[in-house]
Amino acid sequence: MLEVQNLSVRYGAITALHGISLSVPAGGIVTLIGGNGAGKTTTLRAISGMVRPASGRIVFDGRDITGLPPHEIVRLGLAHSPEGRLVFANLTVMENLRMGAYLQRDARWIASELEHVFAMFPRLKERIDQAAGTLSGGEQQMLAIGRALMSRPRFLMLDEPSLGIAPLLVKEIFARLVELNRERSLPLLLVEQNAHLALEVSTHGYVLETGRVLLSDRSEVLRDSPQVRGAYLGG
Amino acid sequence: MTEFLQQLLNGVLLGAIYALIALGYTMVYGVLRFINFAHSDVFMLGAFVAWVSVEKLGLPTRSLLGGLGALLAAMSVCAALGVVIERLAYRPLRRRSTLTVLITAIGVSLLIQNVAQSPRLGFGPNPRAFPELFPSSQLHVGGLTVSTHQLGVLAVALVLLAVLYWIVHRTRIGTAMRALSFNATAASLVGIDNDRVISFTFGLGSALAGAGGVLYAMNYPSIDPLMGTLPGLKAFVAAVLGGIGNLPGAALGGLVIGLVETFVSGTRLSTFRDAIAFGILIAILLFRPAGLLGKPKVEKV
Repeated sequence: MLEVQNLSVRYGAITALHGISLSVPAGGIVTLIGGNGAGKTTTLRAISGMVRPASGRIVFDGRDITGLPPHEIVRLGLAHSPEGRLVFANLTVMENLRMGAYLQRDARWIASELEHVFAMFPRLKERIDQAAGTLSGGEQQMLAIGRALMSRPRFLMLDEPSLGIAPLLVKEIFARLVELNRERSLPLLLVEQNAHLALEVSTHGYVLETGRVLLSDRSEVLRDSPQVRGAYLGG
Repeated sequence: MTEFLQQLLNGVLLGAIYALIALGYTMVYGVLRFINFAHSDVFMLGAFVAWVSVEKLGLPTRSLLGGLGALLAAMSVCAALGVVIERLAYRPLRRRSTLTVLITAIGVSLLIQNVAQSPRLGFGPNPRAFPELFPSSQLHVGGLTVSTHQLGVLAVALVLLAVLYWIVHRTRIGTAMRALSFNATAASLVGIDNDRVISFTFGLGSALAGAGGVLYAMNYPSIDPLMGTLPGLKAFVAAVLGGIGNLPGAALGGLVIGLVETFVSGTRLSTFRDAIAFGILIAILLFRPAGLLGKPKVEKV
């Protein structure tokens, strides 16, 4: 479904990605793990068009999307819930969700997506007219995911959905994501600091280090790999 | 008491015009984080478009339809001009520093002023008498003298403010403007074409400036190519006073500046009328830099 080939990204003089390749199959959950500065977020940013790759190719659903601007990539069905969530703090919960469906004009269609998001995260419905900036971290994360889903994506990328959220909420959010993947066979590409959790829910994993792919395998294999256990799972 | 009410009315009128201009500054600041110094010249051109449509194109004067026609012409031409200025002068600099864009804006402003002053390309440097666009008569309410012109200015300003509020808060593109002003990256990730929203913002702000120019000329019935500078600067002060980037703030700031200026004009300090606005700017920058309605920004590191 998504193929990344030899992707390199530079920020000025600094090379953040040195030609990484990865693929996400239809219906799969793939995770990128690795320490700070490994290039996980940069990889997502390059795929969604936020940064322009220096070289390499990104193919989504058979189409080369390398170098397209973000709003055109979203239009193709590839949604990105970014690092730090970036919900529109000055807009209400409802307005945020409606902006998620910005490219969608059919009112009935939007209403049915709203239902779906509210069924997934009932808390958002309770806060519908509240400014998003006043939500708790966990609620903002739910809103960011909900907003990404409002475009009814065919592919969803999530950057650190567990960051700064109470462990109980993290469990809830991940449970919803797995359900989503099963019920809609929505492929997920997940960046996570919490490698333990990420390898539990995913089918495949890539371990990144300083802009290169160090290891890649099925998640249960990575879970048992001594190298991963030592470096990322706390022994 | 009568004099107070009379001055209050005059102040509200002037303030409503400042508010219309200030909204353009603040909207553009909201989406691009820079001050569009050419805005005051778009305001000037608004007055001239109305003048041209009456004097050269033959729209009837002292007529409700003719007046509305001239107003709509000014708003449409200014909207188009705002879009073109953004497209040609600012968009190519999107990834440059704010200072670069700011200097370019001053350049665009000077260009418009000089072209307008040129007798061959523009209108020439001399002031022109502004025609009476709408039918005019004086009404006496109690001891107050109110012209239908003044009521018209107030009505038009209020309608435009209401329409603007509706666009920004109730429409898809208006919500996109607010989303973009919060975070451009997040906006593009939900599929918003930021360039289109920025174009729309310039068009909308410039239409308001054009309307402001016509309303201003109706009150001070002589126009010239440099007429935009002072009201433009005061409207800019109004936007900062209200909190730059904050729409209700710009409207409030405009009203405050208009009222203060009018009341000062009525006292022995009247020669300091224009200095007052800039005094307010200095005070606000010293004591409340975020403005009356703005929230102080905490820079994250």
